[in-house]
Amino acid sequence: MQEDAAGSGARESARPVASDRVLAAVVRDEIGVIVGALARSTGSFDVAEEAAAAAVEDALLQWRRTGVPARPGAWLTVAARHNALDALRRERVGRRKALQVAADLHAAGDIAGRGSHTPEAESFGSEAPPDERLPLLFGCCHPALAPEAQLALTLRAVVGLTTAQIARATLEPEATVGQRISRAKRKMGAAGISLGIPEGAERADRLDIVLTVISVMYASAHLAPERGAAADRDLAEDALWLARVVAFALPDEAEAAGLHALLLFHRSREPARAAGDELVPLGEQDRALWDPALVAAGHAELRRAADLRAPGRWQLHAAIAACHADARSPADTDWLQMLVLYDMLLGYDGSPIVRLDRAVVLAEVAGPAPALAEVDRLGDALARFHLWHAVRARLLRRLGRLAEADQADMRALELTANDAERRLLRARLGRE
Amino acid sequence: MKYVIMFTASPESEASLSTEAGQEVYGRVYRWFEENAAHIVDSGAELQPVHTATTVRGGGVVVDGPFSEAKEVIGGFSVLDVPDLDAAIAIVKSWPMLELPDTSVEIRPMVTDYSQFEQ
Repeated sequence: MQEDAAGSGARESARPVASDRVLAAVVRDEIGVIVGALARSTGSFDVAEEAAAAAVEDALLQWRRTGVPARPGAWLTVAARHNALDALRRERVGRRKALQVAADLHAAGDIAGRGSHTPEAESFGSEAPPDERLPLLFGCCHPALAPEAQLALTLRAVVGLTTAQIARATLEPEATVGQRISRAKRKMGAAGISLGIPEGAERADRLDIVLTVISVMYASAHLAPERGAAADRDLAEDALWLARVVAFALPDEAEAAGLHALLLFHRSREPARAAGDELVPLGEQDRALWDPALVAAGHAELRRAADLRAPGRWQLHAAIAACHADARSPADTDWLQMLVLYDMLLGYDGSPIVRLDRAVVLAEVAGPAPALAEVDRLGDALARFHLWHAVRARLLRRLGRLAEADQADMRALELTANDAERRLLRARLGRE
Repeated sequence: MKYVIMFTASPESEASLSTEAGQEVYGRVYRWFEENAAHIVDSGAELQPVHTATTVRGGGVVVDGPFSEAKEVIGGFSVLDVPDLDAAIAIVKSWPMLELPDTSVEIRPMVTDYSQFEQ
């Protein structure tokens, strides 16, 4: 795994261990609420986020030794408030705020006594108050921040990843991720980006950014060149969790339910996605391994979305994923239905990636020749994207143009950084 | 919070302001300033076209321009005082000249805390 040279010596203890996964799930349920509340009482997202992140780092180290405390939420809250208090005392301007935090710290002790946080507690109860994490999430995903910064901030402030965990998950040096986060936080403070759920006409656009960040988070999980013991966080699991938080907190937003349904369908196929270290393409997956409970949950969520009568691109993506989930074999797939759904999706999102996915379906409905013609039209936009070459190779092979197919697979091989995908492409080349 | 909003346009779209359509937009610009008067703490200035610009560089070198290959030029600025960035964005989104091609508005928070310069 990538390890920042400067960070590895200084913080040897930050190295991931297997039990971190358990701790991560505990942290995840608590951290967003803590950051949101601290940002309100200190008036500074930066101070709140920094204080909570340091508390998480401390928790990972201490809980590895002592186990998870009985009330981890209270433990994290108290630690984060202490950190915030220290930070405010260091700043001359923060004295008045420090008094406020000190008073809150006292109250936090009371909460700890009441035991409102338990490790088993669901992140949203049946009569839960408005979810405090949502304003925080919309702030982290503000359009005035760069997309990479939106993702990094969300992972740290809302999901509770450490900078080292983010760096490992996104395959970037830890220093790069750290700089990106501090720059984004500086901009939030200086430019006056507020934490809040936008109302009215802005809501839909801003929600779409949030949903996009969550879907990128899910896709990032499959970027890692190797997974296994070294992977202390499963970003796919984190993304599914966050999609669920948003869908529950905004029950009237059909697109939030749409993304949640989409990720449930994706996740249902996870057990069949790999055999050992080898990637298994969808068409060759053992469908008996697909998780029927997640498929059922995906269908239920998609129906709930449809009942809200506000169609959108995430619901269409989910409906397309549902077509795969419903097919008992590749031959049983309702390709025509999928093509219709893709045509509708193009009305919302005409990006080259969506057109490439549609071309794959078009090949099943109309044959490889028209599909290849469409794929070739996307060459200017996607020539650097390994899957464009891989799709092209498959179509060329079906048309009997084997030399060109091998060439395209070779190009795909050169462009992918993922070892498992590379082995899959190599196996395909060897098959000839 | 105080923000400077800078109105930028391409040199071509700046030139199109002299047309009839440009004049129609101008009428709405005046109304925009009236409607948002409560949040405008300094109406700023509208600048003469870019071909009137002069630049001084290091070493006291005086040159003509920015030159016309510049994609975006500043045509004017104003100062807003609103609670947060979202409020500034909401006002700026209704800036009538955004209908013209290659036009944009840059929002920059003003430095109001000079404590960093105190000893």
